[in-house]
Amino acid sequence: MKSWLTTTDHKRIGLLYFFTAFAFFLIGGIEALVIRAQLAQPNGHLVTAETYNQLFTMHGTTMVFLALMPLSASFFNYIVPLQIGARDVAFPRLNAFSYWVFLLGGLFLNASWFVGPLFHAGVLNVAPDGGWFGYANLTERQFSPGPNIDFWLLGLQILGISSLAAGFNFIVTILNLRAPGMRMMRVPAFTWMTLVTQFLVITAFPVITVALAFLMFDRFFGTHFYVSQAGATPILWQHLFWLFGHPEVYILILPAMGIVSEVLPTFARKPLFGYTVVVYSGILIGFMGWGVWSHHMFSVGLGPIADSVFSATTMLIAVPTGVKIFNWIATLWGGDIRGTTALHFAVGFIAMFIIGGLSGVTHASPPADLQQTDTYYVVAHIHYVLFGGTIMGLFAGIYYWWPKMTGRLLSEALGKWHFWLQFVGMNLAFFPMHLIGLLGMPRRIYTYSPELGVSDLNLLSTIGAFLIALSILVFVVNIVRTRRRGQRAGNDPWGGATLEWSISSPPPVYNFSVIPTVANRLPRWKTEHHEPMRDPPGTPPAPIHVPGGSWWPMLAALGLPILALAPLTHTLWIAFVGVAVLLAGIYLWAFEPFDV
Amino acid sequence: MRKRFWVLTAALAGSGCGGPFPQSALHPHSDFARASDVLFTDIFWWAAAVFVVVEALLVVALIRFRHREGRPAPTPTHGHTLMEIAWTLAPAVILVFVAVPTVRTIFATAGGAPADAVKVQVIGHQWWWEFKYPDLALTTANEMHVPVGKPVRVAITSADVIHSFWVPPLGGKRDAIPGQTNYIAFQADSEGDYSGQCAEFCGASHANMRLRVVVESDSEFGRWATVQLAGPAAPTPRTAAERGKAVFARSACIGCHTIQGVSPGVIGPNLTHVGGRTTIASGLFPNDSAHLARWIADAPSLKPGALMTRMQPPLTDADIAALVAYLQSLK
Repeated sequence: MKSWLTTTDHKRIGLLYFFTAFAFFLIGGIEALVIRAQLAQPNGHLVTAETYNQLFTMHGTTMVFLALMPLSASFFNYIVPLQIGARDVAFPRLNAFSYWVFLLGGLFLNASWFVGPLFHAGVLNVAPDGGWFGYANLTERQFSPGPNIDFWLLGLQILGISSLAAGFNFIVTILNLRAPGMRMMRVPAFTWMTLVTQFLVITAFPVITVALAFLMFDRFFGTHFYVSQAGATPILWQHLFWLFGHPEVYILILPAMGIVSEVLPTFARKPLFGYTVVVYSGILIGFMGWGVWSHHMFSVGLGPIADSVFSATTMLIAVPTGVKIFNWIATLWGGDIRGTTALHFAVGFIAMFIIGGLSGVTHASPPADLQQTDTYYVVAHIHYVLFGGTIMGLFAGIYYWWPKMTGRLLSEALGKWHFWLQFVGMNLAFFPMHLIGLLGMPRRIYTYSPELGVSDLNLLSTIGAFLIALSILVFVVNIVRTRRRGQRAGNDPWGGATLEWSISSPPPVYNFSVIPTVANRLPRWKTEHHEPMRDPPGTPPAPIHVPGGSWWPMLAALGLPILALAPLTHTLWIAFVGVAVLLAGIYLWAFEPFDV
Repeated sequence: MRKRFWVLTAALAGSGCGGPFPQSALHPHSDFARASDVLFTDIFWWAAAVFVVVEALLVVALIRFRHREGRPAPTPTHGHTLMEIAWTLAPAVILVFVAVPTVRTIFATAGGAPADAVKVQVIGHQWWWEFKYPDLALTTANEMHVPVGKPVRVAITSADVIHSFWVPPLGGKRDAIPGQTNYIAFQADSEGDYSGQCAEFCGASHANMRLRVVVESDSEFGRWATVQLAGPAAPTPRTAAERGKAVFARSACIGCHTIQGVSPGVIGPNLTHVGGRTTIASGLFPNDSAHLARWIADAPSLKPGALMTRMQPPLTDADIAALVAYLQSLK
């Protein structure tokens, strides 16, 4: 137990990220099921309007910040150091700090469900209720007087610190800790996409930090950053939020694209087609992601010239995305494809992401988008991209790397059940939403009129959502079963080309008994140019020093939610306690003897 | 269920009238809505073609190259420059075919209208719509009337938080933003009763912020405007309506609602001709005695968060009945 709490081992932190994020994924999923149950029929009254608004806010916030990002982070942690032949990340204790901040930030946000009585309100009353996008000026104290929005903005500020710390950590790790001979153009595609993602994180998160700081000042100190009566405009929030929010979309999708770029070659027994192009298009997507934010704002009235420019930049982004898809198909073409569960999910990613991408083109066109934005059509689009895309990609990664992370193979039979239930469920849940939106149903409404004529389609969608839930249940059974009875994986159950497959599963604490020297992009494969590398020996020829754990990252992390309690409860002395804990943690951490 | 599905499909296929889908963007009834629809249909077919080609390639690859015993190891191809160029250019070319009509439509639907257009000012409130006709100097709420076949210019703003004015059969949405005015213009091409609702999340009762637009002949529109411009009907002496007027005048109602010559409140909807509207509570309920009575007695229970709180001390049932009679007399 103690060894897990103090761990600085990237593999253990990766597993902590996985199980924590998966728990939040289940919570966000339950919130989605309540939402779908409410909408199963018109004039539904399972939950009140206020509860519903909290549910969709927390569903979005949880899935983006507490499930998808940290699930990706679990692979960054576990896999990236192994893929580049490193013993750990560059700053192991900072890595532990990132995890604890993430966990505490997530708990802080979710605590809002239960602590209503402390704020003279009921349980299920003070959770955030302004939407995951939290548009000003609805979020101002005048229109949202309760602590709901405070929980949201303070929680996001805490989580931002976690993401930023991890971002710098992985950039330094990937740039500096590569094994000898691993030039940038020999770095595996997943690690490359991780690198691009981290650059997006460290550039995009400061923007939302600023936006949230403005909101915090407005709410706590009476400033007027988003107040139109004072001469400001609430549209400032939208610009800042989407300036963060669109790169965030790529923060969510690029890691999954990286996973797919690993899984397809392994199971097609063919190198990734157009590796260089795939890498460069990933970088290009990262850059272009900064020039499209106003396509979330076509209904704001920015004027025809701005609308035209943002429409054009948005359409352009379809080009590098399309290039990736064609390269993946070309990777499969001429291969010897093994239909493993991981491959099913990777192909599912491609098939579903195409739909999300194409519906994206329909709202890249502002006049068409004016009928789509803020309707269920957009809900369909984001779920094809983030569920059909990111979640499918992450599950491909889970089935692919689970044996590496735990030493045991997940059941392929249960895996196929999981895949097909999820595939059918998601299409049933999300495809009808395109029509529901075009027939006039706005999003974020807790009830709708039977006159709209979308009742049957909504029922269908709800059935799909519960099928997805069933598929996740199958996955949970698979995990539990594998723990006891899963087949032993050995070093390399799949015949992978990259370094993580050259060592035992799970890897020893020091990862590589001897740091490998890399001479090409596919070190473990035989190609026309080279023979496969020799795997490192099972036991290290010389003893390897492994640093021990540390309590101080956790202590420092604990200071942040304490600090956030001060504005939440309007109590100044708590702020001093929070700062004291944070500083104590950092001080003890800084002066901790290196050799423990 | 199955029958409904075919009805739906048929309705979607035909361009027909509002019918079973009063809030559908797929059934345009104005030049603005039609322009969006044409563009959407255009992009849809491009997208459908790309979908078929790419998914087919994927499926063919999966079937043709699935693992078989004895298949020789695949050739380790690493890429192909010409193919990369081809599949970079192909989507780019398709996008030109999408982008050109897009930009053309953006400028064509930018909200400009001739000087003689009917002008309507829309003000979003939590959670109802105020409509002003500056040229006619009249104010109404939640039900907007416009003449068929005439250009209409809508100026949209908000009194509190951001809302979005959206009547899909008449065109795309525009946000109602405090401190800013946005414009849309349309010319309705068929008479009818179209529904819309707020499309930007605006708090507790966002789902309950609905509206209707009545598109009618020029003469009917003129008659409607004349009625709206006249003062409120005086209740017949010694009727429930007259007692209701007295109740109204001595209760908190006057603080928020305008009835010309009776009360000057501007926080809630103008009630001078509330009896002539078909719905109450921003399109939520039919305008009948039962709903009106429940609404007056306890609005927040029908519409979460509604600013019209329960009156303290509560009105008696007799007072409420009198109020209902009065409001209904205000045709």
